[in-house]
Amino acid sequence: MHNKSVAELAQGLHAKQFSSEELTRCFLDRITRLDSDYNSFITVDAEAALASARRADQRLASGDGTALTGIPIAHKDIFCTSGMRTSCGSRMLDNFVPPYDATLIQHFNRDGAVILGKTNMDEFAMGSSNENSYYGAVRNPWHTDLVPGGSSGGSAAAVAAMLAPAATGTDTGGSIRQPAAFCGITGIKPTYGRVSRLGMVAFASSLDQAGPLGHSAEDCALLLNCMAGHDPRDSTSSEAPTEDYCQQLDNSLEGLRIGLPREYFGDGLDAATANCIELALKTLEAQGATLVDVSLPHSHLTIPAYYVIAPAEASTNLSRFDGVRYGHRCDQPVDLHDMYTRTREEGFGDEVKRRILVGTYALSAGYYDAYYKKAQQVRRLIKQDFVDCFEQVDIIAGPTTPGPAFALGAKSNDPVAMYLEDVYTLAVNLAGLPGMSVPAGLVEGKPVGLQLIGRHFGEARLLNVAHRFQQATDWHQQRPAALTGGNA
Amino acid sequence: MPWETVIGLEVHLQLATQSKIFSGSATTFGAEPNTQASAVDLAMPGMLPVLNTKAVRYAVMFGLGIGAEIGKRSIFDRKNYFYPDLPKGYQISQFEAPIVGRGDFEIQLEDGSTRSIGITRAHLEEDAGKSLHEDFHGQTGIDLNRAGTPLLEIVSEPDLRNAAEAVAYLKALHSLVLYLGISDGDMSQGSMRCDINISLRPQGSDTLGTRAEIKNVNSFRFVEKAIRHEIERQTDILEAGGTVVQETRLYDADRDETRSMRSKEVANDYRYFPEPDLLPVVIDDIYIEAIRAELPELPPQKRHRFVEQYALSSYDANVLADSRLLADYFESVVAGCGDAKIAANWVQVELLGQLNRNELDITASPVSAEALASLITRILDNSISGKIAKQVFEAMWQGEGSADDIIKARGLQQVSDSGELESMVDQVIADNQAQVQQFLAADDTKRKKLVGFFVGQIMKLSKGQANPQMVNQLLAKKLV
Repeated sequence: MHNKSVAELAQGLHAKQFSSEELTRCFLDRITRLDSDYNSFITVDAEAALASARRADQRLASGDGTALTGIPIAHKDIFCTSGMRTSCGSRMLDNFVPPYDATLIQHFNRDGAVILGKTNMDEFAMGSSNENSYYGAVRNPWHTDLVPGGSSGGSAAAVAAMLAPAATGTDTGGSIRQPAAFCGITGIKPTYGRVSRLGMVAFASSLDQAGPLGHSAEDCALLLNCMAGHDPRDSTSSEAPTEDYCQQLDNSLEGLRIGLPREYFGDGLDAATANCIELALKTLEAQGATLVDVSLPHSHLTIPAYYVIAPAEASTNLSRFDGVRYGHRCDQPVDLHDMYTRTREEGFGDEVKRRILVGTYALSAGYYDAYYKKAQQVRRLIKQDFVDCFEQVDIIAGPTTPGPAFALGAKSNDPVAMYLEDVYTLAVNLAGLPGMSVPAGLVEGKPVGLQLIGRHFGEARLLNVAHRFQQATDWHQQRPAALTGGNA
Repeated sequence: MPWETVIGLEVHLQLATQSKIFSGSATTFGAEPNTQASAVDLAMPGMLPVLNTKAVRYAVMFGLGIGAEIGKRSIFDRKNYFYPDLPKGYQISQFEAPIVGRGDFEIQLEDGSTRSIGITRAHLEEDAGKSLHEDFHGQTGIDLNRAGTPLLEIVSEPDLRNAAEAVAYLKALHSLVLYLGISDGDMSQGSMRCDINISLRPQGSDTLGTRAEIKNVNSFRFVEKAIRHEIERQTDILEAGGTVVQETRLYDADRDETRSMRSKEVANDYRYFPEPDLLPVVIDDIYIEAIRAELPELPPQKRHRFVEQYALSSYDANVLADSRLLADYFESVVAGCGDAKIAANWVQVELLGQLNRNELDITASPVSAEALASLITRILDNSISGKIAKQVFEAMWQGEGSADDIIKARGLQQVSDSGELESMVDQVIADNQAQVQQFLAADDTKRKKLVGFFVGQIMKLSKGQANPQMVNQLLAKKLV
């Protein structure tokens, strides 16, 4: 059961081949047996999951199940779950049990999905390796010496290790796409505003967006159908109508124009990774797509702009963690200042502190114009680059990352090298566009991701291209060797 | 050296919305601590603000009320600072693009003259909660009921020159927002609070001196006292050759003094930037014009109309137009009796006198506008004199019935029967022969004085009910 797609599992549940309780127990057992190798979950409440599975079974028996009824889903520990700890990977929220569900969780509950557990992540979603977690680093199921990527590293590893059929994540600068690429799975970051941010702990409000991770584009489409939609309680949530993201999966690629930004195929790209991407593009060409050389001329400004805007927003989003109302509070504060400083000193990890400092500096009087305001101007230029590109092409394609997963510890002491990991993914967030990563090959046994970028609200087209690619290839069906031998 | 005082005011006005500006919690005053604080107000993780459109509407009403430019695309910003009663660690406010831009506001001074005060801007923001330092044994209690209450911060130009002008400006603002119905204006509950920026400069100078800011003054009287005190303090410093320090001061009403709270030298850097959780507030002309069409007549227009339509003095017009309800009351009295001058006089002197003595609001007046109009009608048709009418009004106030009932029951009808009056006149002349001789011997000017004596005697005899005009005519005839 553990190696089936969500679509197959849904069929099995509706056909009564197995129950949700059996299915849930299967994944819970795998987590118990295997997750000590990966550390992909922070919290698992087996009893609650099984109780929820039994309710799903009743619903299926009465015949009003949906595509996700009874499907166990792992949720990034950034989504608030009523009555279940939501830590955001931080000591600051180690004791935090929300009295409410995020809108996204409400949607999964509405459809009868089972909450399998809460997955590990970089603290407050800040990181590209999942080494910045209070709960310890996550390991890549393809090779446990490698990072799984971040910040949704726990979700990606859980799916790759088949500890969950699918998972949710969030993507502020690549946090769904990069771990999906590193772990050989499929993930999509929808258009900004497509999925509600309510109840999702904020990192950078103007960039954060939730999305699904799964083995295939089809699975992602099934999850996105549940997640997407307007939420009146999130003012930045889009009122644009949603669509059935499964509907267009099989559409032909005949006549599709794919833009290849030359800036994404330059010096920084690992040669073997480049080969995988070129082969993948040939596959799409063979299905009738045309490859077009395009340019995103302001790409070189992406990292500096992002690393001003995201920390600036984060620095104030994280001000609420002050020890007053919930979360960590230092012992025996002598006065207010002492309570603030020790609470935040103890509660936040190094990377979070680094970004709060950077963001606070960028917003300070005298620096605001030079940093924050300038970065917003650059952001508009980057957005315009994409608008111009989409006049010539339907989608944009390139590598998700400059190379495959790197070793644990390799970049943890070099923040700039770590930031460069996101060089191809950040611009998509700055422009608010949908982007996804699709498994497109292996380099020395390490997965490589093909990134597809679409027009605003062009999720259906992206999923269609990814699905057709997966019909023609089997990279998405490859599993880590250690997990496919024997009875793993 | 003669000094000129320069004052600018920042008024925080609590808007009368049912729910908070960014959450659905109620805004009722005085509830048990933290019973009106939702997950949004508590800044729980992942919570997001949603703008209350009623607050926007109220802000636009205010802007139109002062003829200001309305920001067609206003933006909310985060004002960052740490304080335990500020749950998010930032206040959502408006910085660069406020909803109300530059406007002008006409105020009337005690002497009846008017001045135009510039309003720099007005912007929407949320209130903070309250820190309670007592009753917690060395700790501080936090009540977040007030957190997120909608405020309109109204910033004036430094156009005010003394305490009286500042108070007149505040009273006019208070009157305007009650007219508009956008705030309950209850200063004792903090619905209208005021920060005073005040500086002195040599008379004739056109550069501003260093200012002090007096925070959170919440009554007209305290504003007046705080300003007077601060002018004295700054004058003393400057006269002694010192310099005023730019700082925030607190007015202590008990000691009637201001004292330093914190110096601006260690001022916070609020790191304002656009609030990414909210979209810009975009409003169009259709929206604005629809609101404009629904605006009531406002105090300045009403004052001008009263002067023109009813020939009132500008002082009277100012008093009567001060509140919408009082103005409506006055106009009902005029409609009922037909004489605006007398109506204005009665409303201001007798009615407001009684209301003030009893600390009553116009809505609680035991004498309705219609009742007062019928009393005035009895003066106009000579049924009673003005003096008797005051007695009747007193009885009406006590609930003894209508003017006519009271006049009848107490037999206060003015004596206008010429036979009855003539016999009274005859009697007074007969009883006061010495004065009659004096009168006959006097010249015209002295005679005028002496007539008063006879009128007084007749009034005494008639218990005030003799028709004074007729008495005069009769005396003129009989005394020659």
